[in-house]
Amino acid sequence: MRAAPPAIDVAVAVAGVAALTAFVWLFLAAENVWLVVALITVGAAAGSLVQRGRGNARYGRALAAYPRLGAALGMLAVLALAIAFRDQPYPLLMICTVLLFIVACFGLTIQTGYCGIVNFAGAAFFGTGAYTAAAFAAIHGMPHLVLIVAGGLIAALVGSLLILPVLRTRGYYAALITIAFGILFSTFLEVNNALGGPQGLKLPGIDLFGWHFNRDVAIGGFRLSFYVNYLLLCLVLTLLAYAFVRRVERSWIGLAFDAVRLDETAAATFGIGIARWKIAAFTFGNFLCGIAGAIYAMMQGFIAPNNFTFGDSLILVSILILGGLGNPLGVIPAAAIIIMIPQKLQFIQEYRFLLYGVLVILILLFRPEGLLPRSVRDYFPARRG
Amino acid sequence: MSATLLTCRGLTMTFGGLTALDGLDLTVMRGEILGLIGPNGSGKTTFFNVTTGLYQPSAGTIEFGGSDITRLAPQRICRAGIARTFQRSRLCLPLTVFDNIMIGNYLRTDHGLAFNVLRRQALRRQLEACVERARALATTFSAGLGTRLFDAAGTLDMIDRRRVEICRALVNEPRLLLLDEPSAGMTHGETRELMDDLLQVRGRSTALTIVIIEHEMRVIERVTERCVVLNYGRKIAEGAFREVARDARVQEAYLGQAQTA
Repeated sequence: MRAAPPAIDVAVAVAGVAALTAFVWLFLAAENVWLVVALITVGAAAGSLVQRGRGNARYGRALAAYPRLGAALGMLAVLALAIAFRDQPYPLLMICTVLLFIVACFGLTIQTGYCGIVNFAGAAFFGTGAYTAAAFAAIHGMPHLVLIVAGGLIAALVGSLLILPVLRTRGYYAALITIAFGILFSTFLEVNNALGGPQGLKLPGIDLFGWHFNRDVAIGGFRLSFYVNYLLLCLVLTLLAYAFVRRVERSWIGLAFDAVRLDETAAATFGIGIARWKIAAFTFGNFLCGIAGAIYAMMQGFIAPNNFTFGDSLILVSILILGGLGNPLGVIPAAAIIIMIPQKLQFIQEYRFLLYGVLVILILLFRPEGLLPRSVRDYFPARRG
Repeated sequence: MSATLLTCRGLTMTFGGLTALDGLDLTVMRGEILGLIGPNGSGKTTFFNVTTGLYQPSAGTIEFGGSDITRLAPQRICRAGIARTFQRSRLCLPLTVFDNIMIGNYLRTDHGLAFNVLRRQALRRQLEACVERARALATTFSAGLGTRLFDAAGTLDMIDRRRVEICRALVNEPRLLLLDEPSAGMTHGETRELMDDLLQVRGRSTALTIVIIEHEMRVIERVTERCVVLNYGRKIAEGAFREVARDARVQEAYLGQAQTA
C-alpha cells in the first residue's frame, strides 16, 4: 500500500475547489464588463501560478489517495453554486449548459481522446439527440425518460451508419467525413419542413414521474428557480457520464482503445479488432452526445438548426484541445471557460469564433497538451502496491 | 503431431512491379530456432508481414500447425498462436510498460463492457494476476525492468524497449515467435545480453519455436540451429550457419559476384 498522503494535500485540494467555486460564483454574478475582464485576468494569472507552484500536483496526490474525493468536491461545488444562484435563472441555465457540454465532450473524449477517431460532427450528434427528443415529444403520452434515452440511442444509431465510411479511411480522411456529415446535418434540418425547417421546433419541459421541471420550487419560505431541477438532473448525468468514461479508460477496453489509436498495425498483430473497437468508441461517444442534446433541447424549450452547426462542433473540439485530449477531468474547466466567457462578454459574442481560434492557437503554442494533460493509466488509483 | 510447425509453399508477394517474395518454399520445424538471413531487400520482413497477415500474399499457401492460415486477418493469425516483434519499434510510447505488455495479452483480457465497467472487483483480481505475470516476465529479461512496470515506455532506453516488445510478444504464450532484427540499434554487449535472456526464456518452454531475422552474424551463429538464406525473395541456401556461410551463392549474394580471371 502507498503511504497515505499528508492531510495537507487533501486540505489544499479542498481549499482549491472552494476557491474555484467562489471564483465561478463571482464571475457569474459580475454585472460589469470590466469586472468580468478583470476576473478573467486574475483567473488566468492565478491558474498559471498554481501550475508553476505545482499546486495541482498536490491536488493530484490527494485525488490519487481518495479517488472519490474529486467527484464529491465537484458535486458540492455545483450544489453550492445552485444555492447561491437559487432564484436567478440566467446563471443556473449557464451552469446547466456547461454541464451538458461537458457530457458531450466526455463522449468526444472516448472517440477522439481514447480511440483516435477525430469527430468534427459532435454538434450534429448532440443535435440528433435534440431533434429526436423534439420529434418523440410530439407523440402524446411518451414518457420523458424514454425521450432522453431515445435521444442517445438514435444518435448512436446514426453514428453507426457514419462509422462505415470512417472505417474505410484513416486520419485526415476520416475527419473530413465527419466534417461533411456535420455540414449535411444542419443543411438537412434547414430544408426539411417536417422537422420545423429553419424555424426549428418547440419542446415541452421535462416531466419525470410527475416531477415537473418547469415549475418553480418552493422549499419552506424559499422560492427556487425551476432551473434548479434541470441543474440537479444535469449534475447527476455528468457524474454518471464521468464515472463511465473513467471506468472505460481504466479497464481493458481503455487499453484496447489506446492501442487502436497509437498503432493499428501492432494492435491488429496482437488480435485487437480495429473495426470493432472503433465502432464501440464511436457508439459510446455519440450516445453521450445524444443524451446531452435531448436534455438540452427540453431545457431550452426550443431548438433550431443553427444551434447545431459545424461551428458548434468546432467548439466541442476546442474544449477537448483546451482541456487536454484524453483527460475527462480537463474537459470540465475547458467547457466552463469556452462557454461562459462569451456569454458574460456579450460584446464579443459576434467574435466568439475569433476568440476560440485565438485560444486554440495559444494552447497549441504554449501548452500543446492542454490545461490538464492526460497521465498514464492507473487502473485502480491508490490501491496499487 | 508432425515435426513441422509452419510450411510455406510457393509464397509470392508482389508490390506493383516489385517481387518481394518469389515462390518461397520454407519450413519451420517444431521447437527449433531458425535464422532468416539475406541482404537488404531480400524479402525477410515481407515474409514476416505475410505470415502475420499484414500483407495478403499474391500466390502460395501458408500452413501453421496443420491448418491453412493463408489470407487470414492478423487477428485470426494471432489467435492461432503466432506473435512477433517489429524491426522498427512499435511500442506505444505514451503507455506504461505494463499496458504495452498487456496489448500482447489482449486475447485473454477481451471481455465485454459489463465486465470492464461494472464488475470492477473481478477486473481488479484479474488485473493483479496480470501485473504479477508481467512482472515475472519482465524480470526474466531485467530485474530493473520489473520495477518499472508503471513507467511510460517512452522513458525507457533502447534495450529495455526491445525487451518490452519481446515480453509483449511472449506474454500470450505463442507457439511461434517471429523476431525481426532484435539487435537493430543496439551495441554488441546489449545484443548478447538480449539473446541470453531469450535463450533462457526458451529453455523454460520448449514448446516455443522462434524465427529470427538478423544481420548480426554473431547472433545467428550463437543462437540458431538452422539458417535459411533469402535473396530476391527466394531461398538460396539452407542448413547450419557454418555450412551456409561457406556456400558460394550466399557469399555472392552478400559480397557480389567473384571476379573471374
